[in-house]
Amino acid sequence: MSVKTFSIDGQIISAKEGQTILEAARDAGIFIPTLCHFTGLTNVGACRLCVVEIGNSPKLQPACTTKVIEGMEVKVNTERLKEYRKLILELLFAERNHQCSVCVANGNCELQNLAIKLGIDHVRFEFRYQNYPVDISHELFGIDHNRCILCTRCVRVCDEIEGAHTWDVAFRGANAIVITDMNQPWGESESCTSCGKCVLVCPTGALFKRGVSVAELQKDKSHLEFLIQAKVKKQWIR
Amino acid sequence: MDLAELLEIAEKERRRKKPIEIHCCVAASCVSSNSQSVKDKLSELLSNTDLKDRVEVVGVGCMGLCSKGPLLRNSVTNEFYCHVNLDNVSEVLKDIQGQKARIEKLKIDDPFYRKQMHIVLENSGKIDPESIESYIAEGGYLTLYQVLHEMTPQEVIDEITKSGLRGRGGAGYPTGLKWSLVAKSQAEKKFVVCNADEGDPGAFMDRSVLESDPHKILEGMIIAAYAVGAQQGYIYIRGEYPLAISRLQNAIKQARKYGLLGTQIFESNFDFKIDIRIGAGAFVCGEETALMQSIEGKRGTPYPRPPYPAEYGLWGYPTLINNVETFANVVPIIRNGSEWFSKIGTEKSKGTKVFALAGKVKKTGLIEVPMGITLREIVEEIGGGVPDGGKIKAVQTGGPSGGCIPASKLDTPVDYESLISLGSMMGSGGMIVMDDKTNMVEVARFFMEFSKDESCGKCIPCRAGTYEIHNILTKIIEREATQDDFEKLKLLCQVVKDTSLCGLGQSAPNPVLSTIMNFEEEYTSLLKKDT
Repeated sequence: MSVKTFSIDGQIISAKEGQTILEAARDAGIFIPTLCHFTGLTNVGACRLCVVEIGNSPKLQPACTTKVIEGMEVKVNTERLKEYRKLILELLFAERNHQCSVCVANGNCELQNLAIKLGIDHVRFEFRYQNYPVDISHELFGIDHNRCILCTRCVRVCDEIEGAHTWDVAFRGANAIVITDMNQPWGESESCTSCGKCVLVCPTGALFKRGVSVAELQKDKSHLEFLIQAKVKKQWIR
Repeated sequence: MDLAELLEIAEKERRRKKPIEIHCCVAASCVSSNSQSVKDKLSELLSNTDLKDRVEVVGVGCMGLCSKGPLLRNSVTNEFYCHVNLDNVSEVLKDIQGQKARIEKLKIDDPFYRKQMHIVLENSGKIDPESIESYIAEGGYLTLYQVLHEMTPQEVIDEITKSGLRGRGGAGYPTGLKWSLVAKSQAEKKFVVCNADEGDPGAFMDRSVLESDPHKILEGMIIAAYAVGAQQGYIYIRGEYPLAISRLQNAIKQARKYGLLGTQIFESNFDFKIDIRIGAGAFVCGEETALMQSIEGKRGTPYPRPPYPAEYGLWGYPTLINNVETFANVVPIIRNGSEWFSKIGTEKSKGTKVFALAGKVKKTGLIEVPMGITLREIVEEIGGGVPDGGKIKAVQTGGPSGGCIPASKLDTPVDYESLISLGSMMGSGGMIVMDDKTNMVEVARFFMEFSKDESCGKCIPCRAGTYEIHNILTKIIEREATQDDFEKLKLLCQVVKDTSLCGLGQSAPNPVLSTIMNFEEEYTSLLKKDT
C-alpha cells in the first residue's frame, strides 16, 4: 500500500492511499469539526463544517469526501474557516428548537459539544421557533423533530448497516424532515426492526429511547462500533 | 437504413412540398395564444380557394419573436404575420392572394433578426417538429451517417475540441474535454445524458429547441454516444414541459422506426438507445449529480464531486452530461467543420448563444446571437429598447444563479468570462431587462425566494442560509433592518457561496452580491439609522 504525504496547517502527515483528509487528520490527532460524518457510514458532505482550504484554491472542499493527494497543502484552522463554521452552527441553532436545558441529550450531545468547542456564545439570527412534531408511536424509541439537524446518519445507518432503510428524507429545503417508511408514524412502520441503531448514531437528542428524562440519554456506541468494525474490516472482535 | 434510403426520403419530402408554405408557430408560447386553431382555420380557408394546390399551412417551431405571437410566416416572401388570431386570419389569406390586407407584417430584415445568427436554431421555425421527413429534407441525419462511416470516435472528439465549444448549461466547461474524459474512462457500460431540466425563471431556450427541432438533439446525442462509446442515452426533461416531452417521444419513435436509434444504426456496428426521464418539479435536479440520482430513481439531491460523472456517473458508470443547447451545436460543428465554428464568437467563447429575452423591452422572445455581441446591441437593437420611453436600469442574466448588470456596463461583450467579471454569469440563457422603476432589492429577494424554495435541504448553508438571507432582505425592504443586518447579509452571502455543497447554493447569493456590488445605495437608503 502506497503512502501519501501531505501537510495540514504546515504539519507533515502521511496518509494511506485512498484515505480522506478527515481520516488522515483524525489518525494524526488533528481536530476537524463534523456533524454528518460517522465512521463506517458513507460520507455525504452535508454539514459543511469540515470544509478546508486546499493549496491556494479559493474553493473550499469537505475533508470527509476529499481524498488525500500527494503533496497537497491543507489548511483546517484559518480565521476564515473558523468564522464560517461558527456561522453554520448558528444557522443550525436558529433553524429548530435546540434548547439544551430541557433536552434528553443535554451533556451528551455532539451539537452542544461542538458549539462549546467552537466558542459559540450567541446566535446572530432570530430563532424561528417552528412547531415540529414529536413522534412517540414506537414502543421503544421516539423522535423529536425539533432537535433534528438533518445529518441523515439515521438514514444511512438504517440503510447501510441494518439494511432496513426505514428512514429517509422527505420534502425539500427548510421543510425537509426525516421520515419512517412512507411518512407514517414510526410505530406503524413495517420495515423498522427496532434495532435502535438510529438512536445510537443520532448526534443530538432528536432520536431517543423512551423513558429517559432531561440529560439522561446515554448513547453507548460500543455495540455499533462492533457492528461497523465487523462490516467494514471483517473483524468480529469486541 | 442506408445512405440511399436517407437521400430518397429527403428527395421525396422536397417533392411533396408545395411551392408556398405558410409557417405557423406551434411552439408553446404561440400555442398558448391559440396558434393551433389559427393554423386549422387558415388551412380550412385555403381549401376553399384555388390556392389549395400551391399553398400549404405547416406547423413549425419557434420563430423567435414571441411577443408578436401567434406568428406566421410566408416561406416565399419571408414576411411574418404578427398577432394572428381567428378574427384576422382571413387577412393573411388576402395577403397571400395579393390583395390589400389589414394585418401587422414584419420583414425578415427587422432589427430583431438582423444581428442574430442561427446555428442552434437553424431549423427552428422552418421545419415541422413532428415530422422526421421534414428534418431529413433539411439534411438531417446526414451528419450522423458521415460520422459513423467516415470518422473515428477520436476524430469526432478532436473536431469538437478544436471548435472551442463550451457547455451551454451555464458553467462553460469545454465540451471536447468532457467528451474525451468519458471516452478515456474504461467501463463495460457508458451513458450519455441530455440535461433538459431547464428551471431558471424566465428561461425557455431548451424548451423551444426541443419543441422546434427535437431530431437535432437526438442526432447530437447519437454522435456524442459514438464518440465516447456509450450504449444508452437519457433525456432528463422537466415534467412542466408536456409539449416538448410529447415531441421528443414522437421523435424517438420515428428515429427508431427508421433505424436511426437502436441496434446497428445506419448499418454500422454502433448501437444506441435513448429513453426519456421526466423530472418531478425540483429545480435542483438540473444539477448534474442530483439529476443522476433522479434518473436512478432516488431522491434528487446533489452529492460532492469529485468523482465527476465522467468517471463515476449513472449507477457508477462513466456518464457524459451535456445541456440541450450543447448537443444542438454538435451537428452544425461536425457538418461545417471546427474551423468554421471557431471563427464565430470571441477568443475564449466560441459560437453563438441562445437567450430568452424578456422583461422591459419592446420585443421579447427567443434570440440567438454570436458571442461577443454587446448587451446594448441585444437590448436596444434586437429588443428595441424599453417601451414607453423608459430607461434601462439593469440586465439580469443567469437567473437565480446570475446577477444584475447595470446599464453603465451595457457595452460589455457577452461571453463567459466578461459576465462573471461583472458578478453575473452566462447561465443557461435567461435575460431579463429591467427599467428604472425596478427596485433592485426586491429583485434580489425574488431570486432568493426562488433559491430558498428550491434548496433541497441537504446541506446546512444552503438550507438555512438562503432562508436567513431572504429574511434579512425582507427586513431591508420593510425598512426594519440596520447597518448591522446589512453587514450580516454580506457575510452570510459569502458563507453560503463558499461552503454550499452544490452549484445551487454556491450561486444562490449571486443576485444579492451583484446588486450590492452595483446598486449598494438602494440597500443603504432603506436601512434604519442607528438610534
